[in-house]
This record gives sequence, structure tokens and C-alpha cells, in this order.
Amino acid sequence: MNFTLKIWRQKDAKSQGAFETYKVENISADTSFLEMMDILNNNLIHAGQEPVAFDHDCREGICGMCSMHINGHAHGPSQAVTTCQMYMRKFKDGSTITIEPWRSAAFPVIRDLVVDRGAYDKILQAGGFISVRTNSVPDGNAIPIPKADADESMDAAACVGCGACAATCKNGSAMLFVAARVSSLAKLPQGKVEGARRAKAMVAKMDELGFGNCTNTGACQAQCPKSISIAHIARLNREFLAAKLQD
Amino acid sequence: MGCFLTNSSVGKKVVMSVTGCFLVLFILFHMSMNLTMIFSREGYNLICEFLGANWYALAGTALLAAGVAVHFIYAFILTIDNYRARGKQRYAVTVQEKGVAWSSKNMLVLGIIVIMGLGLHLVHFWSKMQLVEILHSGAAIETINGAEASIHPANGALLMAFTFSKWYNVVLYLVWFAALWFHLTHGVWSMFQTVGFANDTWYPRLKCIANVVATLIFLGFAVVAVLCFLKSGEYMTEMLHWTPGL
Amino acid sequence: MAYKLDAKTPAGELAQKWSNHKAAIKVVSPANKRKLDIIVVGTGLGGASAAASLGELGYNVKIFCISDSPRRAHSIAAQGGINAAKNYQNDNDSVYRLFYDTIKGGDYRAREANVYRLAEVSNLIIDQCVAQGVPFAREYGGLLANRSFGGAQVSRTFYARGQTGQQLLLGAYAALNKEIAAGSVKSYPRHEMLDVVIENGEACGIIARNLVTGEIERHGAHAVVIATGGYGNVFFLSTNAMASNGSAAFQCYRKGAGFANPCFTQIHPTCIPVHGTQQSKLTLMSESLRNDGRIWVPKKMEDVEAIRKGTKKPSDIAEADRDYYLERRYPAFGNLVPRDVASRAAKERCDAGYGVNETGLAVFLDFKTAIERLGKETIKQRYGNLFDMYEEITDVNPYEQPMQIFPAVHYTMGGIWVDYNLMTTIPGLYAIGEANFSDHGANRLGASALMQGLADGYFVLPYTIGDYLAKKIQAPKVSTDTPAFDEAEKGVRARIERLFAIKGNQSVDDIHKRLGLIMWDNVGMARTKESLEKAIVEIQALRKEFYADLKLVGCNESFNVELEKALRLEDFLELGELMARDALNREESCGGHFRSEHQTEDGEALRHDDKFAYAAVWEYKGIDNAPEMTIEQLDYEFVHRAQRNYKD
Repeated sequence: MNFTLKIWRQKDAKSQGAFETYKVENISADTSFLEMMDILNNNLIHAGQEPVAFDHDCREGICGMCSMHINGHAHGPSQAVTTCQMYMRKFKDGSTITIEPWRSAAFPVIRDLVVDRGAYDKILQAGGFISVRTNSVPDGNAIPIPKADADESMDAAACVGCGACAATCKNGSAMLFVAARVSSLAKLPQGKVEGARRAKAMVAKMDELGFGNCTNTGACQAQCPKSISIAHIARLNREFLAAKLQD
Repeated sequence: MGCFLTNSSVGKKVVMSVTGCFLVLFILFHMSMNLTMIFSREGYNLICEFLGANWYALAGTALLAAGVAVHFIYAFILTIDNYRARGKQRYAVTVQEKGVAWSSKNMLVLGIIVIMGLGLHLVHFWSKMQLVEILHSGAAIETINGAEASIHPANGALLMAFTFSKWYNVVLYLVWFAALWFHLTHGVWSMFQTVGFANDTWYPRLKCIANVVATLIFLGFAVVAVLCFLKSGEYMTEMLHWTPGL
Repeated sequence: MAYKLDAKTPAGELAQKWSNHKAAIKVVSPANKRKLDIIVVGTGLGGASAAASLGELGYNVKIFCISDSPRRAHSIAAQGGINAAKNYQNDNDSVYRLFYDTIKGGDYRAREANVYRLAEVSNLIIDQCVAQGVPFAREYGGLLANRSFGGAQVSRTFYARGQTGQQLLLGAYAALNKEIAAGSVKSYPRHEMLDVVIENGEACGIIARNLVTGEIERHGAHAVVIATGGYGNVFFLSTNAMASNGSAAFQCYRKGAGFANPCFTQIHPTCIPVHGTQQSKLTLMSESLRNDGRIWVPKKMEDVEAIRKGTKKPSDIAEADRDYYLERRYPAFGNLVPRDVASRAAKERCDAGYGVNETGLAVFLDFKTAIERLGKETIKQRYGNLFDMYEEITDVNPYEQPMQIFPAVHYTMGGIWVDYNLMTTIPGLYAIGEANFSDHGANRLGASALMQGLADGYFVLPYTIGDYLAKKIQAPKVSTDTPAFDEAEKGVRARIERLFAIKGNQSVDDIHKRLGLIMWDNVGMARTKESLEKAIVEIQALRKEFYADLKLVGCNESFNVELEKALRLEDFLELGELMARDALNREESCGGHFRSEHQTEDGEALRHDDKFAYAAVWEYKGIDNAPEMTIEQLDYEFVHRAQRNYKD
């Protein structure tokens, strides 16, 4: 298969970026999207040009590192997968593929397709944890947790922190990410203890870092590689309001 | 506690949700009131009289105006926030994601159309009815059935028949109602989501309720406007010499 | 000068050793902890849990990772689960049984005391993780669920769907975030350690490169903890993440830390087979699949050929014509034999010509029986995400046709030598998790890597590091303005400049792929004296080629992924040789190390306990010199070494 790639190139955070066009040829349909990028980069290196910088690591869809906006979709046109889990058989032979970095004020571009997602870390540092010390804990089976609750907590905990939600949201809102963490812990008795504090602190940090306001379009859920439901956003809203109304 | 409604993203959304809810309820009321036109023009005017320039109607109007203003101003604040959050560099390629309603991404545009329609509506009706009573100014004079006639501020039925006797008004109002329909299909379920009353079981139900409410409102208003257009002559003749009963 | 190795194994009964040791070692008072700085390199299960726990204790911790967030560490990709001797299933599990299974699974090449401690703290890990909000799978009664894993006859594996590693790492990462918020831990993402600094024989800091700006930074501390995982990527194709590397560990080795048993590599039996030369990595299908999947190849060669040609589908092959070779050879454990055994058995069938894809390097993992027995829904519930992933990659629906699998490099049991305190041969330098060598012997059992990473980080290192730091309470802040730091920084800069100066024709990947092939063909699942000697010569030649013909674009002072890769490959080119040397020295077969010259009549690994019951600890002697080996004899006081038997 052959493809024309329109890729965003940007030297560093301060530079102006622009699209560059490249061609890749003889790509097997079983090649993953990132392997196709590897091939392009190897060609560029051999031509003495700097390769396209892009984030990637596990290539199994779990580390959350890969982050390309492909043909208008966060992580590309396939549903419920990360960029690394997409294969070239999903694309039409001979087509043009436009690849952009996440675009969100809170995710500044570092180089080419690499952005700084430190804001997500900061939100979690604001309260995305349960304050237990190592070793000062009861037996694992001391608190029974209904299976349905544990399962729902796990649904939310599947978030890989890739940033697709904020990147795809027309409002640049990080609500799905924040909600996934808040909701995952809110479904567990051990997380409820500091639930109010957590919801308030994480929302405040999210706002402070310049993420936008959720308008319930549901685009985040549609593009989330882990199909995390906006029902978790509803729970975050509930948790937040309940906390605020008690202040 | 007041501050989270102005300085937090979720709080600001709650303001949108609550004012939106209030406006939907008002619109439902207004629609039911309009439907009276179909059965009895007299009855309709009775309601108009009841909602003249007395204290409860004025308070209601003020509250309503505040609701509209807050909903509108917050919409702009949120949109500006969101535009900033999106960053200076925009995507070159964007798509409509699967399962994402067009209306949900265009609430502001729809809202602006609704507000423009509202402006037109206020000029057509409110300025000739409640405003006249408030200012004690002279009744509106229009050319009806070929002759100039003064329209009593509570003669809403005549005013409606007169306004919708012009086809372009009917078209403008239908566009307005359509924009409102789109706005409400997203807005109605969205307000539940924002206050946290929603989950995966309830999304289909809430979205169904939103569609039903939006459609009811559209049909309720549209049917009266179209009927007034079709029967404008009959209605105008009927109501031209109406006098207040209260 | 050979090492004087002291494992510091405490005396006493096996079950008392850890308690006795804890009672004997020194502790640091809270007021003094505040004065002490610790650097932790790596943020996987080991690094994150250690940094969080050390921060809680009051130390000043700096934590470094190469990715953009601590949460990306490759621990996140572990699928199946984590072992613990809770005996919640009432199937007669115990700390001793977990210890025994791990020792036996490791083919009697691990330290008894370390493994027993691992089993002992395993239960605490589960408690800790539950309290952190890790959503482990539960039964309807609300209590924790378990499943079975290879190498065990009890059900002791705790899991969170197929994402256990992710959930445990997010738990440790949350604990880390709590400490970052509290100010006790400072995080340095997108930073790569390029050297460890030694002063007066003690570790006193690191040189790190800021991967965004290229700045070379100095960081001083009273102790340095290496938690940077394994070096499986020396094979280029492995189940490791693309950026996983052995460089931090290798810098320690260069600076004098002993490197133990580098040849012990785990080849995981259930990975998706290689499909072409453009492939960048191998995808693991969780070991948990072997709970319900049955592994087979056709009995008849004509069926094999028909499947390869596509004239027959695997589902067309009659039951009687299938060779469920694991069930045939190992009736007691069946499809749940340890990984090394399963991998070799697959290789044996493929070598005999029964491989079921075009390359002849694949066997079937079939769920037909399980679907018939449990229904598609149950299977979907258990493995749905794995099945979807398989279909996404291969375009084959595993509910209808069996999966094709083949072994792939997965984990390295070898690593930096550490004593019972997890300290390396360099005082003040610690190694935890996969980066050290201590607990898995020659083969690691499934669901034990997560256990070890968290055991080291939460429950071992926070205690043992105090024993060393207690001597440092009078020490001032470590100055980075010393000749040792100057020299280390100069060395790093020179290394980078040298690579840019080569201006050759081959990219990093070009050379890395060749190294990978040399390793896989000669230092892979089956090794011989000839293949290993060949590998050493070829790797040395390739290394020369690297220094003569590497093409590196860009510059140091920018975000330059190629430079990162080149530096890592430079280390792999030496590490690969070290692995081959270690494999050549170890003239026996044990666990993941299989020397074809040493096998039983049934083709099982044949150990030589009389000669090789030791850990081989290698000392760096310069790039072109052979390293020197020191032996740590592994004395077994409590377990009788036997030929591993998974048959009955």
C-alpha cells in the first residue's frame, strides 16, 4: 500500500509549525500505524532529515503514550483503540492521511507530534489518590465491595491518561479524564472517605490549568480508546455539587 | 458557597442547567397557553388579560428576563473560556464523531438564533402588549382587513392572527422554532447530566425525553402559527372588536 | 579484582529471617530522614512504590522517568495478575507453598531467603493495593476473586480484568502523586539517567539528560535506587515497550556494580507470531488465556501443510488429529506449565516441522473446548478485551478460529546483583524490581513480576535502605560541584559527541534489528557453545560497525529520540555480548537458559547443581576486555533441589 502523509512539523514549543508532505510506499496491510511511522522515519534518517517526533511506548494500547490526531480523529478512525493498535488495513490504499498533534491550550507542543501532558499529572496530584500510608491498611477482604461497584470502578479505572478526551473536545475540557479518576474511587468504600475533598480539588486544578468547560457533547466518549462513559462525568458532577453544597 | 457558581467549570454549567430548565418550563407554559388559540380566541385573550401589567406578571417577566440574560451571558463566558482552552492552533481536519449530535456542538449558534427570534417576538408581541401597559402608552395601530385599527394590549389573539397573516413571519417563526428544537434536543438531557442525574441506563431515556419535549414544543408553537396563517382573516374578523372582560 | 560478595542473608529459620533482619538493621529518626536525599530512577511498580513509601517516611526523594509521566512505565502493560499467598480459595496455599513454587519455578537458581521474604510480604501487597483503590476482580459476595497461573496448582492470582499491571501501577502512581503533592517527592519526567556518580566508592548521584531540552543535569543524593526494569529489548523484538532499555543498569555495571546472571531471559510462550520484517514489537497474549485455552498443533504433516496453504481451516482438523502436546507431555500441569517449559515445547514442535503459519513459527491456542463448556458469553467476559486485541492485530476472529501464538522475549531474570538489602556491590546504590536479579532464579512464574516490584518498593527497600542511610545522618547535602560529577558529566558529553561525530550510513534501528537477530538466533530459546561463541564474535563486529557507521541526525540540544535510541543501543551492544558470555559460561540448562548440549532424554532442561548452583556476577573491565566473573554460591538450606517435574 502507498500513502501520502501530511504531518505537522514543529521544531520546539516556541517555533511556528507547518504541515509537511511525505510519501510512504510498499506498506503491508498488517503494518501498524506506528510501524508505518517508523518506516517513514527510517527513510527520513537515511535521507539525512530529522525524523518525525511522536510519543509511543508500549504499542499495546495501555501505556497511553501515543497521541496522534489522524484524519480528524484522536487516535485515528478506528473505534476504541489507541493509535498504536491501528493497522494500515483500515486505510484506503493511495489515500492522504493528515496527522496532527493533540491541540489544546493545556497540552503545548514540544516537538512535531509530541505534546506536554503534564497537566494531567498535576490534576491527579491535586487529589487523584486515596491517602493511605504504606502498611497501615486492613486485610484486603476486610471490606466487601459489591461486584457491580468494583466492576464499575474498573470501567473508569481503565483510563490510560492519553489525553484524547481533552484533545478531541471542542471545548478543550478534561472532564472525562478527571471524572474517570473521581468516579473510579467514588465507587469504592475506601475512596469515599475523602471523596468530597477529591472532587473539589481535582476540578479546581483542572480549571486552573486552563481546560475548558464540558458541554456534554460526548465527543470524548466517542474518541476514548477505552470507551469510558460520560456517565462518570455525571457522577463527578454529582460528587462535586454534593461537596460544594455542604461547604 | 455562592462562588463556585461563578468560578468553577462545573458550577458555571450548573447555572446553565438551572436557568435552562427554568426557560424550558416557561416555554412549555407559553406553548400550552398558545394552544388555547386553537380552541378559543376569547379564552386566549383571557389569559393575556390575566398576565397584564400586574405585579405577579411583572415579577414573572423580570425573572424570566433575568433567566434569559444569565443563560445568555454564561453561554458567552463559557464559550470564550472554551475557545481559549482549545488553544491558538486549531485542527486542520475535524470530523463529526460517531454518536455525537450536531446540535451539541452548535449550542451557541442555535442559542443566538433563538435569541434573535426572541427579539423579533418581543417586537411583534410584547412591545404591543405588556410593554404598552407598563408604559401606559397608546395601543398599537395596525392595518387590519384594509383599515387601520388599534389593538388592545390584551388582545393577543388579534395580534397573533395579524402577525401570522404575513407569510414571511410564519417562515421566520418556523426557523426560530426549528433552532429551538435543535437547541432543546441537546439542552434538555444535558441539564440532567450537568446536575449529575444521568447514567448509562438513563441516557437513552433522557435523550428520548429531550426529543419528545423539543418536538412537543416545536409542534405546539408551529401548529398555532400555521393555523393563524391559514385562518388569519377569520380570526381577525372575530377578534377585531373584542373588549376586555376582566 | 574479583568481588567479595556478601549476600547478607540473615541467619536463622527461613520463616524468621526477615523478622530477625528487620529487628537487627538500623533505622533513621524522622528528624534525620528530612536531611537525607534519595534518587529513584524509574517509575514502574518498583520505582513508584519505593519513591512513594520513602517519601512518606520523610526522606527527600527525586524520581526520574524517561516518559512524559510516571504512569507510562511498562509495568502498566502487565495483564494477568499478581500472586499472593492469601489462601482465600481454601486450596491449601501458604507462604511456604508460594515460596516453594517460586523457587522451583526458578529452577533452583534464586536465593532462598529472598524468595521466602517475597512470599511473606505478598499478602501485604494485596492489602495495600486494595486500600489504595485498586479495583481487583471480586466475587458476588464482594470478596476478592482469584485465578490460576502457570507453575502453580493453587489459585492465588489476584487480577483486575486483563489490566492488573495497569491498576497496580496506577495505585503506586497515585501514592506517588500523594507524595509529590505533599512535597516529599519531586518528579522529573522526560529525564534519562546517563550515568551514576560514585565518590569514595559510594553512589552519590546521577547525571541525567533532560529529554526535551537536551540539557545535561547533575543530581546529588545520599543513595540512588535503580528501578529501570529489564533489558529484553536487546533482542529488538520483544514484548517490552519500545523505550524499555537496560541503560541505567548498564551504567551501574560500567561504574563497578556486579551484573548477575545476564543470560537468564524469559521467553513468553503466548505472543502473537512475527508477521514481517517491518514489525516493531511483539504483542503478548496474557498467560491467563492458558486457564481456558488449549495449545496444539496438528498430528499429521499433511494437515499442517493444508493449513499453511489455506486449503484447511484449523477448525476443520478433527479432535483425534490434534496434538495437545502440553497435555500429552505434562499431564499434571497440562497447559499451565511454567513459561520456559511451554515455550520450549512450542519450539520443539515447530522445529519438528509442525508450525502452523507460513513461517512455520506458530502453534494454536484454542478456545473451542472452553466455549463449548462455558459458553461464548463467559469466555467473552473473561478474555473479551484480549480477543478483541487479537482480532484487531491479526484480522482473525479467535471465537471461531484458534489463535496463533509463538514464544517471544518477555522478561529478564538477570540484572544488577544485590544483597539481601537490595544494595548492589556499590554502597548506596540499590536495584529493585526487574532491574535486579534476586528473586526469580532462572525463570519467573507468571504473576510474580508485579509481586516482586511492589514487594521491593513498598515493603523491603524502605526498611533496608535505612540501614545504610543511618550512617549518613551526619553527612551534608551532596554537592554536585565535585570532580566526580565533573568527570561523569564530561564522560556523558563525550559519549554523545562521539555518536554525532560518526556520520555513517546506518540508522539506529538498522543496527538494532541486526543485533536482535544475532541474539534471537544464537542467544535465544536454545543455545549451544557454537552459537554463543558465534554471537560474541558477531556482536563485537557489529559494535565496531556501530562506532564506524552510525547515522545520527539532529543535535543534542533538542528533543531527539534518535539520540536516546542510539545511547541505549550502544549499551545493548555491550549487554548482548555479556549475555552471550554468561550463557557460554553456564554449561547447564536451567529455567529460561537452555543449552542444547544439556538436556534430559525427554528434552527437559538438565541442571548441573554440582557445578552451577551459583549466581554468576560479572564485573566490567572495559569495552573490549572480557568481564571478570565472581561466584555467589547459592546454598539451599531448606529446599531439596530436584529435577523440575510438571508431569505428575
